[in-house]
Amino acid sequence: MRRSNAIRYALEQYTSYRVPNIQCAQSLWYTQSTNNSFAVWRRRVHNSAALAQKRPERVQLSSERFPQLKRGDFARVSDRDLQVFERLVPSRVLTEPDDIEGHNVDWSGTCRGDGQVLLRPKTTEEVSAILRYCNGRRLAVVPQGGNTGLVGGSVPVFDEVIISLSLMDKIISLDEISGVLVCQAGCVVDKINGALEPHGLMTPHILGSKGSCQIGGNISTNAGGLRMLRYGNLHGNVLGLEAVLANGDVLDCLSSLRKDNTGYDLKQLFIGSEGSLGVVTAASVLCPRIPGAVIVALLGCDSFAQVLQTYDAAKTMLQEILSAVEFMDRASMEVVQENLQLTCPLGAHRYYLLVETSGSNAAHDEEKLNSLLGYVMENGIVGDGTVATEPSKVQALWALRENVAVALRRDGCVYKYDVTVPMSRFYDLVVDTRERVGTDVTRVVGYGHLGESDIHLNVTCPQHSDQIFDALEPWVYDWVAKCKGSVSAEHGMGILKRDYLYHSNTGPAVLLMKQLKKLMDPKGILNPYKIFPD
Amino acid sequence: MRPSGMRRLFHYVITLGYASAALSAQFCKMANLRVLVGVKRVIDYAVKIRVKPDNSGVVTDGVKHSMNPFCEIAMEEAVRLKEKKIAKEIIAVSCGPTQAQETIRTALAMGADRGIHVEVSGKEYENMTPLHVSKILAKLAQDQEASLVILGKQSIDGDNNQTGQMTAALLDWPQATFASEVTKENDHLKVIREIDGGLETVKVTLPAVITADLRLNEPRYATLPNIMKAKKKKIAKHKAADFGVDLSPTLEVLSVEDPPVRQAGQKVETTEELVTKLKDSGVI
Repeated sequence: MRRSNAIRYALEQYTSYRVPNIQCAQSLWYTQSTNNSFAVWRRRVHNSAALAQKRPERVQLSSERFPQLKRGDFARVSDRDLQVFERLVPSRVLTEPDDIEGHNVDWSGTCRGDGQVLLRPKTTEEVSAILRYCNGRRLAVVPQGGNTGLVGGSVPVFDEVIISLSLMDKIISLDEISGVLVCQAGCVVDKINGALEPHGLMTPHILGSKGSCQIGGNISTNAGGLRMLRYGNLHGNVLGLEAVLANGDVLDCLSSLRKDNTGYDLKQLFIGSEGSLGVVTAASVLCPRIPGAVIVALLGCDSFAQVLQTYDAAKTMLQEILSAVEFMDRASMEVVQENLQLTCPLGAHRYYLLVETSGSNAAHDEEKLNSLLGYVMENGIVGDGTVATEPSKVQALWALRENVAVALRRDGCVYKYDVTVPMSRFYDLVVDTRERVGTDVTRVVGYGHLGESDIHLNVTCPQHSDQIFDALEPWVYDWVAKCKGSVSAEHGMGILKRDYLYHSNTGPAVLLMKQLKKLMDPKGILNPYKIFPD
Repeated sequence: MRPSGMRRLFHYVITLGYASAALSAQFCKMANLRVLVGVKRVIDYAVKIRVKPDNSGVVTDGVKHSMNPFCEIAMEEAVRLKEKKIAKEIIAVSCGPTQAQETIRTALAMGADRGIHVEVSGKEYENMTPLHVSKILAKLAQDQEASLVILGKQSIDGDNNQTGQMTAALLDWPQATFASEVTKENDHLKVIREIDGGLETVKVTLPAVITADLRLNEPRYATLPNIMKAKKKKIAKHKAADFGVDLSPTLEVLSVEDPPVRQAGQKVETTEELVTKLKDSGVI
């Protein structure tokens, strides 16, 4: 039986999203909460528009949704186990259904597990003790951070024990000169930025869910974000980490050194492995300085060739100050205008580019940006554009891009695909999808990180439709595989995309992955049923 | 003797000419509106305000500034009047240090025809109050023969909400403040004002002063072609003394303080604990 049927059932009840903290959707790192009444008023107006959402409906259990999934050969939690947990993490063992419900459902309201126990350790030693015990007892566990993942990787499938790292939110140390931050894995990204701001530093990555997501989860999923173009991904910015292995051993690779070529770089194994090789409990992260001047330009183009020309010109003329290039098509601009009543400063263009520069000298950056804008306008590469230098306007322009996902939810049922494709074919997937699903859907939008060639293809309908779903999967993934792209650029595999692992990985590669998993987690208790297809 | 056909035609034409001249004079008076818009450079509303350690004011050095949001709305209204051919010329004026020219440039990019920068810097600028500004604006309105002065209802740094009213008083012009809608009707303006009880509709004859409230319009973004055009528009520079205004301070700021920090709440696990905590803090 095709596993896509299982996901189809999951999507059937998928009618609404939980809206993320609107502050993350609207403001960026350099605009923390303001105490200005005008800003508060304006934010409230925008908030109320976006927050008028339904609460997530009761989602069907994943075990029922994916009938072909069999529960692994794991033990079940007994009263004796609960007593031991109580001894290991006193008064932080939750078993009441009301307390656990939120931790059993993922952010998008698609996957719901049947976890019976939630543990909330505060120290690495407690995590180690928990894992040692669970490994001995053969109890499956799910490490959970902010639970903002989009592929169902952070919630149980059956009755796994949920280990929430939310209480491990201490910042251990900060070296202002080198910019190295050492903190526990449960620190919320927004709070980290708040603590770094007085020192003029910021996290190297930022994403829409920063009000809830935790750094441990970001590391475990190798989260990309909006400034990856400039600061690189977490593989480069995590200098060290501390993880607890499946058998309870604490792996201390928590160095703060920029350069350390002594043996195998073990920390890379944990970055992006979605908690399946170990539980990250602390990390040391290289944090860049907050730029003194940030300028955003929103440009409108009418052909994709022009978009690529603009991107090329931006890379050439802006060079080191270029910090983000985001892409939106006409449909995604329309959805934020229609569903969230945001205003687009430009008229109707087929494509929009949001170009951000960050630097230390506003005059210098403005001059470079003005020469770029002069060049693209004079040569007709760009039809129209607007520039913002003030934080309030910069926020407003970013809001157009950051709120597309929120706006799409209003349409009802959203099929999300986050794929990396060759840049020359960046928009072709959207065009082909439109041709394929035709007018049966509300809309087909494409937006994403042009700089990393990562497009978010979204197809919306009022409610789930088997016909549309079958037309999309696995066709979209096959399309991506054909041009040797990635079926999951940033979101990871989780449970929702595990069947397509081979679309972007060769047989031998997956075999080696499985061997590593077997080596590090022989009993397979860490986050089972995820990443690998059966 | 009855005039001949040609003569009658001639009379017709003359009468028609006078009539149309009279009517068009009426319209021309409206279409000849010169609008003066005040724009203020303030700390951008998305920036976190920090109080200086010596409590003498807020930190402005190195902090991002932008046009006061209400001034943006005022500017947008002026541009819309021009697009409706009610206004003929828009002059954007700002009183402040050299950087205020950036704010005037933004106004020019939005659609103002020319700018006036009244240079006030340093201590004089810190001590400048709405009274000083309104004296300058009043003199300017007279010198420039403006028929309409549109200002933002208040600035987000001073929150005084006085400049518009004072300017009208000094000019002895009618004022329509907190405007949320402005329409031209024959020889006057109909303005809907936002007041505590709801909405109030007033008629103001010209010349008049209008102050813009939040819901008057949504300001446009300056697009690139307009930004380029704005670079060529003129900004005239003056000093406050040119208008016979004395900037000696009339107010002294004694101290500026942060609002009190909100006390963190406490979470309790059970009702018994809640009762204990309430008892401990002496509430019950």
